[in-house]
Amino acid sequence: MKNPIRSLQQTSAHYKTLDNKDRQAFVMDTLLNNAIYIILIVFIVFTYTQNHNIISSSSIINIINLTAASLPMALGIGGCIVLTGTDLSAGRTVGLTAAISATLLQSLTTTNKFFENLGELPIPLVLLAALVVGGIVGLVNGFFVARFQLHPFIVTLATQLIVYGVCLMYYMANGNNGQSISGLSDAYKNCITGSIIGSLTGIVIPNYVIYAVIVLIIMWFIWNKTTFGKNMFAVGSNPEAANVSGVNVFFTTMMVHTLAGVTYGYTGFIEAARIGSNTANTGLNYECDAIAACVIGGVSFVGGTGTIGGVVLGVFLLRIIFVGLNFLSISGNMQYIIKGIIILLACSIDMRKYLTRK
Amino acid sequence: MEHSDVLLELKDIVKAFPGVKALDHAQLRVRAGTVHALMGENGAGKSTLMKCLFGIYRKDEGTILLEGKEVDFKTTKEAMENGVSMVHQELNQALKRSVLDNLWLGRYPTTGIMVNEKKMREDTKAVFDELEIDVDMNQKMSELPVSKRQMVEIAKAVSYHSKIIIFDEPTSSLTEAEVEHLFKIINMLRDRGCGIVYISHKMAEILRIADEVTVMRDGQWVATEPAAELDNARLIKLMVGRELSNQFPPKTNEPGEVTLEVEGLTGQYNMLQDVSFQARKGEILGFAGLDSSGRTETLESIFGIATRHSGTIRLNGKEVPNKNSKQSLAAGFALVTEERRATGIFGIRSILDNTVIASLKKYLAHGLWLDNNAMKKATQWGIDAMDTKTPSQETKIRSLSGGNQQKVILARWLLTNPKVLMLDEPTRGIDVGAKYEIYQLIIDQAKAGTTVLMVSSEMPELLGVCDRIVVMSGGRVAGEVDAQNTTQEEILTLAAKYV
Repeated sequence: MKNPIRSLQQTSAHYKTLDNKDRQAFVMDTLLNNAIYIILIVFIVFTYTQNHNIISSSSIINIINLTAASLPMALGIGGCIVLTGTDLSAGRTVGLTAAISATLLQSLTTTNKFFENLGELPIPLVLLAALVVGGIVGLVNGFFVARFQLHPFIVTLATQLIVYGVCLMYYMANGNNGQSISGLSDAYKNCITGSIIGSLTGIVIPNYVIYAVIVLIIMWFIWNKTTFGKNMFAVGSNPEAANVSGVNVFFTTMMVHTLAGVTYGYTGFIEAARIGSNTANTGLNYECDAIAACVIGGVSFVGGTGTIGGVVLGVFLLRIIFVGLNFLSISGNMQYIIKGIIILLACSIDMRKYLTRK
Repeated sequence: MEHSDVLLELKDIVKAFPGVKALDHAQLRVRAGTVHALMGENGAGKSTLMKCLFGIYRKDEGTILLEGKEVDFKTTKEAMENGVSMVHQELNQALKRSVLDNLWLGRYPTTGIMVNEKKMREDTKAVFDELEIDVDMNQKMSELPVSKRQMVEIAKAVSYHSKIIIFDEPTSSLTEAEVEHLFKIINMLRDRGCGIVYISHKMAEILRIADEVTVMRDGQWVATEPAAELDNARLIKLMVGRELSNQFPPKTNEPGEVTLEVEGLTGQYNMLQDVSFQARKGEILGFAGLDSSGRTETLESIFGIATRHSGTIRLNGKEVPNKNSKQSLAAGFALVTEERRATGIFGIRSILDNTVIASLKKYLAHGLWLDNNAMKKATQWGIDAMDTKTPSQETKIRSLSGGNQQKVILARWLLTNPKVLMLDEPTRGIDVGAKYEIYQLIIDQAKAGTTVLMVSSEMPELLGVCDRIVVMSGGRVAGEVDAQNTTQEEILTLAAKYV
């Protein structure tokens, strides 16, 4: 880690060597490069003056919960963005895996049970099923991207349609006729939304926050400590050079997408229990928030750059803003507009860093 | 020299990049109705000077006078509209569009809001007739051979009524007949009173077509002399600026027994045909030839990143598969590619990431996770051994100068402990000081027992560094010469064998 005090001293020493015009440019650059944080602080302070409740323990726990729910998926999509790609199939894959998880883990006493004669399945087995299904979607994405050099935008645009179709058919199956799936088993709900921390300390943080932290650690390890992670950044930065350097570009691309798919499967498994009553619209547009969070956190579409910490920050910032907008009683319609503006702003500021100055 | 007929004057142009002063008070003065050759080694600053003229780079200091008036073009388009055009070495054209579109892009003649197709065609035909260019204006650019694409570029310059036309290495991919046609056009433009700037390495060409020659070295102006008073020896002396013997470190490597045997290498998708040669332990084997003679393809085929149709590669008597870079790497091969930016560096990654990428397996602790300290140590070794100038290991590689980037890439490959080190134009775009250091590194590697294959377009470099030189021509091996007892003439004759 950089020593913040030393780097601050260096910055101020550097500042003193500049002439007036360069100083203006320097201040401007610094402000713009940190604009997203400045906006955030201003936003929180403003929201606080309007409604003190934003800085209350229940609000903070709420923000943490929401962050934990959307983080794993953002980490998966982040890998695709590092490869200069994207993934539009994320939300629909969450929908499908949520449906699978929910139907396999309904309570035995539920009326209209999806699989009438199914006994109680072990929860880890269902998690595995969700991960595998998500992984398969990712594998298909990765295969078409790597083998046929199609842009991920096109590939995932197509696969999200296919996945959605499958999901709709699944909801129609077994005489379910597209109705929502609810009546989940208590063991499943407890496992996800119960709170071990709550029973020990009284601070009710649901279990899926702990799981999200575990996923975070695993993803951090993969990105930073494995040859696969280094190869991923190399491929994202310059696939030709990566190929020359002995990196298996095909395999790396496939695996990044597969890994992303696995995180969607995981998210589906969590979301099913978090929401409780799932329809084919579960997961709709989740990828938008995930992509936005990555970009805000500095995972650039330029490729080859981004950090796990950045993604966490991005997800966190986005959640604070959404929660804050609710505290300000801004209408849902207006929130869409504000979301859009934030994404545009964040991308523009991010891109500034990669432009060559002449 | 009369002042009145000076068309273009570049005075005291200074341009600095991080770590390199690319131009240091460079000068150029082009008179109307002359062909002015601009010469210098790679990295002497010729291209940079031209980019400053066209506003592709912002110059730090200096003035540009066009017909006595100071100009400061912001864009290439602005320059062209003011009568200054350039025919680039790497043609920048919209390949998917027609010849016609390429000619008029950005300035379509219009009536109202409609493109005036008729006028466009008539004007194009007039220019083509004038230049005796035989090109179908409806054809897609990508369907034309390079020589014709270049002609279109010249036609474009003429259609702007350019007073100054700059040719950047125009003959590098032309056949002899095409060169004759080009020279005819250039002479015609000169007779019309245009000022021609002709950038080239080829001395024979320069002495034939140029009226005046300006020589640059290390970003500085060296001399401007009438071409009639120059000969090869004088030009080389001006360009190199020192005795050739000082340009290269002493050769201390000693070739041993044969290690690498390449037999019947034929490409699946490229023009390689039955390429065979042997290289020894501790030997530096050079590859000479014209552009697209198959030198790069030979290295790429050996390394497995270009598909082979047939051919075998044996290292120390054992055949190696080398079907892709991963296998080649495992077999002890390394390749430093020609296009550093396109296939060498990971621009936005750090020096560390760029150094360790080819040897990651070495840094796995317990075979599981990458050991940061081991990677830092390896990177530091690279920086020290190559004498790379960088603020830190975390610096992004793209902010280094070309020479330092090349050192990082060399370090990347040396860390894989290669038995065969292949270098494709290892000193391209590198300043003179750094070149010497890279030669030293190459010789040191050979001395340590590595077999080095080195492709270069710079003849003195091949003669100064290599033990033997394989000369390639038209995808085949045209001959093999001993670097100590050969001449540039002999190599050039061989290089033209299958053209």
